[in-house]
Amino acid sequence: MADFTLKINGKPHQISNIEPDTPLLWVLRDTLGLVGTKFGCGVAQCGACTIHLDGSAVRSCSMPVSAAAGMNITTIEGLASDKGELHPLQQAWIDNDVPQCGYCQAGQIMSAAALLASNPQPTDAQIDSAMSGNLCRCGTYHRVRKSIHDVAAKAVSAKTSAPTAG
Amino acid sequence: MTHTSDKPEGITDYFASLMADMTPAATGFSAPVVNLNRRSFMQLLGIAGGGLVLGFSLKGPQAQAQEQGALAFNAYLQIRPDGKVIIQAPNPEIGQGVKTSMPMIVAEELDAAWDDVEVVQSPINAAAYGMQFAGGSRSIPQNWDTLRRAGASARAMLVAAAAARWNVPASELITADTAVHHRASGRSAAYGELADAAAKLEAPQTVSFKAVSDYKLLGKRISGVDNLKIVTGQALFGIDQVQDNLAYAVYEKCSATGGKVVSANLEHIKTLKGVKDAFILEGNGKTGELMPGVAIVADSTWAAFKAKKALQVEWDLSAASDESWADIKHQAMQLADRVPATALMESGDVTAAMTASGNKAVEGLYTHHFVAHAPLEPQNTLATWNTDGSIEIWSNTQMPGRAVTAVAGLLGIGEDKVTLHLIRAGGGFGRRLINDPVCEAAAIAQRVKGSVKLQWTREDDTSRDFFRVGGFHAMKGAVDSNGKLVAFEDHLISFTENGDAPVSGGALNQLGFPEGSCKNARLAQTLLPLQIQCGPWRAPGSNTIAWAQQSFLGELAAAAGRDQLEFLLEALAAMPEPNPQATSPAMNKHRAIATVKLAAEKAGWGKTLPAGRGMGVAFYYSHAGHVAQVAEVSVDDNKRISVHQITAVADVGPIVNLSGAEAMMQGSVVDALSTLAGQKITFENGVISPLNFDGYPLLRMNQVPPVEVHFIHSDNPPTGLGEPGIPPLAPAIGNAIFAASGQRPRTMPLSEEGYTLV
Repeated sequence: MADFTLKINGKPHQISNIEPDTPLLWVLRDTLGLVGTKFGCGVAQCGACTIHLDGSAVRSCSMPVSAAAGMNITTIEGLASDKGELHPLQQAWIDNDVPQCGYCQAGQIMSAAALLASNPQPTDAQIDSAMSGNLCRCGTYHRVRKSIHDVAAKAVSAKTSAPTAG
Repeated sequence: MTHTSDKPEGITDYFASLMADMTPAATGFSAPVVNLNRRSFMQLLGIAGGGLVLGFSLKGPQAQAQEQGALAFNAYLQIRPDGKVIIQAPNPEIGQGVKTSMPMIVAEELDAAWDDVEVVQSPINAAAYGMQFAGGSRSIPQNWDTLRRAGASARAMLVAAAAARWNVPASELITADTAVHHRASGRSAAYGELADAAAKLEAPQTVSFKAVSDYKLLGKRISGVDNLKIVTGQALFGIDQVQDNLAYAVYEKCSATGGKVVSANLEHIKTLKGVKDAFILEGNGKTGELMPGVAIVADSTWAAFKAKKALQVEWDLSAASDESWADIKHQAMQLADRVPATALMESGDVTAAMTASGNKAVEGLYTHHFVAHAPLEPQNTLATWNTDGSIEIWSNTQMPGRAVTAVAGLLGIGEDKVTLHLIRAGGGFGRRLINDPVCEAAAIAQRVKGSVKLQWTREDDTSRDFFRVGGFHAMKGAVDSNGKLVAFEDHLISFTENGDAPVSGGALNQLGFPEGSCKNARLAQTLLPLQIQCGPWRAPGSNTIAWAQQSFLGELAAAAGRDQLEFLLEALAAMPEPNPQATSPAMNKHRAIATVKLAAEKAGWGKTLPAGRGMGVAFYYSHAGHVAQVAEVSVDDNKRISVHQITAVADVGPIVNLSGAEAMMQGSVVDALSTLAGQKITFENGVISPLNFDGYPLLRMNQVPPVEVHFIHSDNPPTGLGEPGIPPLAPAIGNAIFAASGQRPRTMPLSEEGYTLV
């Protein structure tokens, strides 16, 4: 048993008396009540548990809590701005009505957000590569892809239409 | 809890009664909304008996807490003074979109602006809502009239209230955007202002419905009502439920169906960190309720999971399944040619037509393996046993009413002591029609006298699934010298668990096509005993029958040297005319032909394709939906398949939510392709494998082809889209592989024949 300080969605959380091998997923869900991150397979095969660790998409079901201590953890609950403004991907997901059952979608969005943060204009092949770790049992892949493209396209148009100085 | 025999009782009887209740004739539940009893809506919410309420203003602190003075018009509809329209979504939401589409039907007839609507999941109450379930693609057709009446009758009452207030004839009033308008005087009143007076009126005995052409909401693209919660990660699913003083449980059952617990290292398990209790449950001998096993109750999910890994159980396997796929296949191969003397249907003389001179005979043995449901949310249920001997359950079941009955029977309490809160499910596909996880959670909660969340691991979810049954279709057929279909035979080798009826999904459904389109036809089935658990899997029966029969129709077209599309259309045209007196839905050849023709046109059938590329088409009618799909694929020398395009056309009557309908069809194509490509559950000595996604491949984004969806907006009664998009995909792909390569795949999944999907 050990104590850890986790930095989640910008806020520190003291976690005490916990087994160091406990996957981060279950600390988020059972200990902290952050249930947006989902359990699907437990072996990093489905991506439903995807979160960001220092900005990279990782599978929290296979990440011991001890390994995440001290790092910046972002979950689906922390993706919107502090003022509650949705991340563009979250808005695109609603606009395109992506979810069917919805269970995988937090993981899909977290993988897509990590992708766009490092590559704002991904090609289809790059989207495939970044998203192929996220299973959708319902088959919403077409709309997942479209939503990523929509957000990328809006980022371009926002850039080109931004007022210039002078 | 008693055992009547050594072998467990399977779910065949449960499903027989379920299917009887789910037939179109049985589910014509449309009267209650107008024949209302004056009971309070609070009674309904309190599960205090049934009844529908009308004109009953909610008062008192309880009601205020509930809905801030909302006025109940009927069990589906309340209107608040601030104009908010609250619509109850009665059926389980498992990803098929009914939590959005069913309220849309109420809102359309009410003439409420969708932005004013707030959807809530209704209580479980058969008297108010009929049979609430997610199965058979029945939610829309079963509730279509009821939901329209709920909206239309409330609208009429609002109009009557406005007419009285303004002292004008109701006929001069129109409704739009959650308000009543009187054009002549320019007056308008929002529904919220009229609700108090309107809800006190008698409900009209008869109402008229809008014409399809007047729809403002239906047929539009509406985003799912839970989407904001989904994309922001709010608690929504079964696994997300919590209660005070919650304990976390796992339940270990024998990996072979029917195994019983002899002993377990319970004392060691109880010493493990976080474990609060561990005990054996004998069960009631029903695979669909509570089988013997070991429960571990812990202070976290992870502690329970870890303890489960340390669990050692000695099993009594004397009544357990010791079946192996290899043995079953061996038996089936010996039976394939022995068509039973008693056929399910027979016309003409197939054998004579097969051997007649000038006719060309074709045979093919099609094999389909067992598959798992694999919903992404593994089974779970939260149950709270109360000190007064009642139980409260939060579950994502597809069959909540039956869950209440099963739990009451299992725990030995009245159904009035069981309250079930229906929770959104992370996928269902038929798995959650069976309530074994609900029963397990309830039994554990009763034993520990508290709140317990049972969570299955992925491995539990796979190994203790009720699988889509495997089987073998021995196909025969013939074409004459003019290339016309003259004989068709399907001998299905399938399974029975009770020695009598086929297992769920294991019967040879009689679609009527293609056996109805030629003079000589025979359908027969042979049933082998099976103890492995089987259950309904999205488009049960149809999902594999279509593969064998519609692929084989492609074989016959090839034998005739004819274009597959032309051959299919000719066979469809030869079907009998639809029976205008028919009381239940049936395949209609004209609708079928229209879907096939449109799919072929949209896919560009007949266009020149490069070498190694080909197109295949298939039609199937299931769950009252007519669906045609065209696949365009390439196959290389190493049997690597690229699917370039799927074109799908459906006639399911008027579309309720275009976004949801399109999603169902795209998702069905992905699901069916995923299953066809590489999914296979096998078993040896009753033990199931594989258990997780590393051995059970679901399609990933890079493998998904473009899917173009078209709907024929016919004036037929609307029907559901959860299932009918599944069956035609596999034979369309099989026919396309043949067109591309000259090789005919006859095994599902294709990976068994060395194919890979790239």
